[in-house]
Amino acid sequence: MSAPAILSSDEEQSAPSARPGRVAVLGTGARLALGLLVPLALALGWEVAVAAGVASGRLLPPPSRVGAALWTLAASGELWTHVEATLIRVGLGFAFGASAGILAGALTATLPALRWLVDPSLQALRAVPSLAWVPLFILWFGILETPKVALIAVGVFFPVYVGVAGAIASVDRKLVEVGRIFRLSKLALARRILLPAVLPATLTALRTGLGLGFLFVVAAELMGASEGLGYLLLDGQQFSKPDQILAAIISFAVVGKAADAVLVALTGPLVRWQDTARDTL
Amino acid sequence: MLSIQSLSKTYADGTRALAGIDLDVPNAEIVALIGGSGCGKTTLLRLIAGLDRPSAGRIALDGEPITGPHPGVGLVFQEPRLLPWLTVADNVGFGIEHQPKRERRERIAHALERVGLAGHAGRWPRELSGGQQQRVSIARAFVASPRVLLLDEPFSALDAFTRKDLHRHLLSLWEEVRPTVLIVTHDVAEAVALADRAIVMRPHPGHLDDTVVLPMRRPRDPAAPASEAATRTILSALDHSLRPRDASRAPQLAGGSSF
Repeated sequence: MSAPAILSSDEEQSAPSARPGRVAVLGTGARLALGLLVPLALALGWEVAVAAGVASGRLLPPPSRVGAALWTLAASGELWTHVEATLIRVGLGFAFGASAGILAGALTATLPALRWLVDPSLQALRAVPSLAWVPLFILWFGILETPKVALIAVGVFFPVYVGVAGAIASVDRKLVEVGRIFRLSKLALARRILLPAVLPATLTALRTGLGLGFLFVVAAELMGASEGLGYLLLDGQQFSKPDQILAAIISFAVVGKAADAVLVALTGPLVRWQDTARDTL
Repeated sequence: MLSIQSLSKTYADGTRALAGIDLDVPNAEIVALIGGSGCGKTTLLRLIAGLDRPSAGRIALDGEPITGPHPGVGLVFQEPRLLPWLTVADNVGFGIEHQPKRERRERIAHALERVGLAGHAGRWPRELSGGQQQRVSIARAFVASPRVLLLDEPFSALDAFTRKDLHRHLLSLWEEVRPTVLIVTHDVAEAVALADRAIVMRPHPGHLDDTVVLPMRRPRDPAAPASEAATRTILSALDHSLRPRDASRAPQLAGGSSF
């Protein structure tokens, strides 16, 4: 009981000028370490449990075996083939789905007639679980890359479409009036007010879309592929290699997180002006 | 000369916001529009700014009819309405992007200096206080050198000290550009501090009810006898405007208002 009290009073007494520095240090290194604490503790606990014979580790291999599997896959170059195949599918599907989503969202939000015409249909299609398209896509496009990319594109399209259309619809009329007072043309209004105003929500929609892209690439690869991280999963299941399944899952986590980080890093400078709580969260 | 002839505005839902407005404002005059809420002050300003279309009547600036946003008419909104993705300097220069880069930069720097924000050019709007943001929005309207500047309760959200400070900045910019100014306010002291003429408006439907001329020299001292007398006159005119219309208005007019 007394220890926290002493600690806090100690903090109170320390020079105020030293506090921002300490916060900054906690912001970088310590925060990262704190985030790694839970997974590392769990991994270590399982490793010890298996080594001590408390658990067999047959169905859930200890981290060392998963690491070894990952290492073997990486050393043989096999892992990169799979990562590359998955990334190409997600990349293509995301590019098609996101472009179509941005275009459709922008058009329906700015042209009321078009909105009344197609938005109800698109919303109805959105209610269809994307996986329901799989049999149809296989019939239409065969079993190679096309149905996979199409499925991912469909999955990415809807959140981007809804996000972009919503962002445009909710642009502040007051800011648009500023543009009108200075007699901006329609094009200038779009470029100087609408575009920057919808950018943050659009980027959020793109991130959601990218996340869904990874969701659907697994579905696409599970339905039949000869390479890709999803194939590694299926292969691991069929040949009872849980370490390979876990290695593929870890790869998914790393690749997905990296793709998201790249998207954020590329687009971050565009929304630097935003007055958000991002820095304090 | 800004001239308004039998101007009316009826909204789509049948609300008669303004009826039969006639007003001539000579160049470089400062007119305060004052009145209770719902008497059409903001509607009148939006019609002059060309943001809304009148139902009847006409507005002309130096004989040129105003049918939409006009290059000679600037508007400062009740809220700063700065674009959050532009720096303070880019916000000030928002309306003069067509000008050569160098002239634009000089005008922005000059306007920012005039409103006391020279050191804030590179900052984001969110980093400024409410009063500073409103100064940026006034600078944004002034750099476009408007012939008519409309201000829609621009200082209503600010505290009394900040407001006084902004009156000073506004008058110093006005001295330089000398536009015709129409300022909507519900603050009698503000009208007395700034205007050459205070026009009291009356609702249902909104129309001009009474005019009080404020011939005092600037800078004005709010405690001076002339200011205090003007304040009393405007207050009684306002009081009258809030009473039912059938009340006799002749005694009030005799009580000191001057046309």
